[in-house]
Amino acid sequence: MKFIITLFTSLLLFAGLAFAETPEEKGLAIAKEDDKRDNGFEDFTANLVMLLKNRQGEESARNIRNKTLEVEGDGDKSISIFDRPRDVKGTALLNFTHKVGTDDQWLFLPALKRVKRISSANKSGSFMGSEFAYEDVTSQEVEKYSYKWIRDEDYEGQKCFVFERYPVYKNSGYTRQVVWLDQKDYKILKIEFYDRKNAQLKTLKQSKFKQYLDKYWFPEEMHMKNHQTGKSTLLTWTNYKFKNGLKDKDFNKNSLKRAR
Amino acid sequence: MPSTKLHRIRWILLFVLTIIVLFRPPVKVFAHEISGFAAGEARLFPNEALFSGQNEQSASFALQPEYYHEFESGSSFTFVPFLRVDSGDQERTHFDIRELTYLWLQEDYELRVGVRKVFWGTTEILHLVDIINQNDQVENIDTEDKLGQPMINVSFFRDWGTLDIFMMPFFRERTFQGVGGRLRGATPIDDDRVQYESSAEEWHNDWAMRYSHTFGDLDIGLSQFIGTNREPTLLDGTDSNGNAIKIPRYEQIKQTSVDASYVVGEWLWKLESLYRTGQGNDDYFAWTGGFEYTFTGIFDSSMDFGVVGEWMYDTREERATNAFENDIATGLRLAVNDAASTEALFGWVQDLDTSARFLFLEASRRFGDNWLLTAELRAFIHQPMEDLFFDLRDDEIMQIELAYYF
Repeated sequence: MKFIITLFTSLLLFAGLAFAETPEEKGLAIAKEDDKRDNGFEDFTANLVMLLKNRQGEESARNIRNKTLEVEGDGDKSISIFDRPRDVKGTALLNFTHKVGTDDQWLFLPALKRVKRISSANKSGSFMGSEFAYEDVTSQEVEKYSYKWIRDEDYEGQKCFVFERYPVYKNSGYTRQVVWLDQKDYKILKIEFYDRKNAQLKTLKQSKFKQYLDKYWFPEEMHMKNHQTGKSTLLTWTNYKFKNGLKDKDFNKNSLKRAR
Repeated sequence: MPSTKLHRIRWILLFVLTIIVLFRPPVKVFAHEISGFAAGEARLFPNEALFSGQNEQSASFALQPEYYHEFESGSSFTFVPFLRVDSGDQERTHFDIRELTYLWLQEDYELRVGVRKVFWGTTEILHLVDIINQNDQVENIDTEDKLGQPMINVSFFRDWGTLDIFMMPFFRERTFQGVGGRLRGATPIDDDRVQYESSAEEWHNDWAMRYSHTFGDLDIGLSQFIGTNREPTLLDGTDSNGNAIKIPRYEQIKQTSVDASYVVGEWLWKLESLYRTGQGNDDYFAWTGGFEYTFTGIFDSSMDFGVVGEWMYDTREERATNAFENDIATGLRLAVNDAASTEALFGWVQDLDTSARFLFLEASRRFGDNWLLTAELRAFIHQPMEDLFFDLRDDEIMQIELAYYF
């Protein structure tokens, strides 16, 4: 009898695990696993080139250097320093991402030597004239969205989870994002962005993934296409360096002033 | 004296070249980095000049290279000379060292020795509490161009905030428009006869201390300045030919100030306030504050539209030595967010006691990777006789600058 009860309970439990997981729970579980796999990098520095392309195919480049610090229990801290175009050289952006609530942002204007606090509430604003919005380039935290798993499918030969995520922060430019995440390494291969009217606005494709520290998969290319304007932006990341020993004090208003 | 100026420039260029040659070729990213800009500028004054000798237009050229070297330790050396040659105003033809600094980077403090520019403040229209550097007034009357200030500055970083101590061993006199220049008062200023309250004159040791910190959405700075006033009192005098002139006199002042900004959602609230003693007979309070709000993606485009509203007040009221003694300012900023970073800023400063108003429009656009075209319009409207801008009443200015950044 005891054996039967145990078997029965186990079966029930198993059934519960297998069937009671709603698409929302599954979506969240995937996002959490993805986040877990990205944890522990401590800090990195990298160079990036933003190539802006308009409908006529005219190109314009922005060169940025990025430093990012992982913060235990909260979102990342980062400094982005602009090198090109030359008239904005030395302009730098300090960003404290928060899991909940708005981020903290300061901008350094080198001609005036001025550090200016800016409101980060307008997350849908264009980042440096590119097709990336501020909300696309700041650190992605699990808590920033709610989730729903849609289906599993093959994308470019890789088995993927396809799930939707819905921004829970205010002033997002999106109603939803559809994410293609590969099941083996949890690399985000593609995101479709839907605007406030739920019309498809942009598609992000990430490629040329490289593994760092035998663990972290980072894309070298991020291509954002705006379907409504015909404009696109290609972000190319190079020269990733991890565990540089960066500290909290490298990410404050003072270090922003002397960021080069 | 242009010849000594040129001599000084030659000497400094030689000095910099020697440094560049002596050091080894670049070993890391920021070794011997050279950047900067060269700019051509045209100014047009549509109204006839009020005072004899003034020009209706002028052309000028400016050069500001920047040399930067970072050592393995993170310590660095920066040198930024500046030169302008102007056709309309010989006083505007000038040379300055904007920066010549060595920064020692330590674990929990930083020491900077040399010539620097330091900005304090939060508001957009009037930079009230900003006092470390002298205005380079011949450059532009917006007080955003500054002369390099020699100093020793040590910054301490603690959990409770940042503490900055500044010792400034040498004072820089304000630059003034010459007889040929527009945007000046009726009586020319003779800065060869400058007077100081302190017997140490420009060698008086000025001190400043500043505490700044961020408390969540609040950024705050508390500052104390003790030393030579950056703003001269203009005394009446006569030159050797008996013509009326103004003589700048620099007094010893104490200034206590606070500046803060506070983020509330899409709103940014700002305040600057100061209490100053030692300037003339008036001990006074002054403050300015307001808000900034940005509309993102207007008209379903990627354009941003920002609105700025600020109030400026000085308890000396009509005796104030600043033109914005009780004024309201509105600023509208359009950022197109295109590849050329096209931007426009319109401002309207309205005196609340008179009909005087000051309007400006600034627009800029990039061409290619390195060229930046900037246009500026400034207008002084309905200036009553008692207003500090009265002498500028016919100095509406149209200015175009084309700069090459390298």
